[in-house]
Amino acid sequence: MLRPPIDDKDQKFGEKNTSVVLVEFGDYQCPHCGHAYPLLKRLMNELFTDMTFVFRNFPLAEAHPFATIAALAAEAAGNQGKFWEMHDLIFENQRRLSNDIFLDFSTVLQLDENKFMADWKSEATLAKVERDFESGVRSGVNGTPTFFINGARLSTYDGSYESLKDAVQRVK
Amino acid sequence: MLLQKGTIAPDFELYATPDQKLRLSELKGKRVILAFYPADWSPVCGDQMALYNEMLKIFRKLNAELVGISVDSKWCHMAFTQDRKFHFPLLADFEPKGKISIDYGAYNSTEGHSQRALFIIDEEGIVQWSYLSPEGMNPGADGIIDALEEMSEQK
Repeated sequence: MLRPPIDDKDQKFGEKNTSVVLVEFGDYQCPHCGHAYPLLKRLMNELFTDMTFVFRNFPLAEAHPFATIAALAAEAAGNQGKFWEMHDLIFENQRRLSNDIFLDFSTVLQLDENKFMADWKSEATLAKVERDFESGVRSGVNGTPTFFINGARLSTYDGSYESLKDAVQRVK
Repeated sequence: MLLQKGTIAPDFELYATPDQKLRLSELKGKRVILAFYPADWSPVCGDQMALYNEMLKIFRKLNAELVGISVDSKWCHMAFTQDRKFHFPLLADFEPKGKISIDYGAYNSTEGHSQRALFIIDEEGIVQWSYLSPEGMNPGADGIIDALEEMSEQK
């Protein structure tokens, strides 16, 4: 089960009060999350009015040196209302992440650079990422991506679009 | 069968690095998470240890130290640790092979390696929780966290 449940600190995409809430525990540098990214995009496009998508950070920082700074960058962009734009940019450029690229992304997204830099490095942003990670651990996440649909762990995702869509349609 | 709750954890001294040994009883006063696993480098173990490596801060908040154990040699552990940037000791249950794993009931004598088994030992050296995972499955850490928190509540 998802612990703790979704709350107002979570990054959500979609309409409010949808019948399906899909949560991904993801790592921006994990190739399997990169693989799932376009599948999730497609799913959201098809089911937009019926589904909310939530992203919780689960960076494996020692294995993926850019995973945490990417997570912090997305959360920092979220403070300026552009979490999903940053999330998408990071996954679309997953293979060329570097320490400096996030500042370029902030420029592309026309963020207030000073605020972005301050938030990117702030304790509060780090606390949010750590909170997500801890919630993953408590929910039994053992790798990424791990999905939860309406609070229950999805065990039938096999990397295909159909396995995601079928799972969502079963609970609709 | 794995050692069960309430058993005194058998003491041991094993190589943690090529020139340093770690004795379990040196960790008295702390809780110890003993994670037996089949082999360095194999995919599932790597993921499991990589996950725990990210959780050291959470474990320390709960006054717990993590120790990994397999039958791999101290040199193999050193290379694995450096490659994966682990920040916790991996002990070599190497000579006599698997002796400690056998003591804890966590040895697969057909394959000749440790089973994927977790133990939590309390501050006084008593086993408080144990869990045997299917060898091919990464057990995650929710069970460890729940058990540690339950121990805190009972104090």
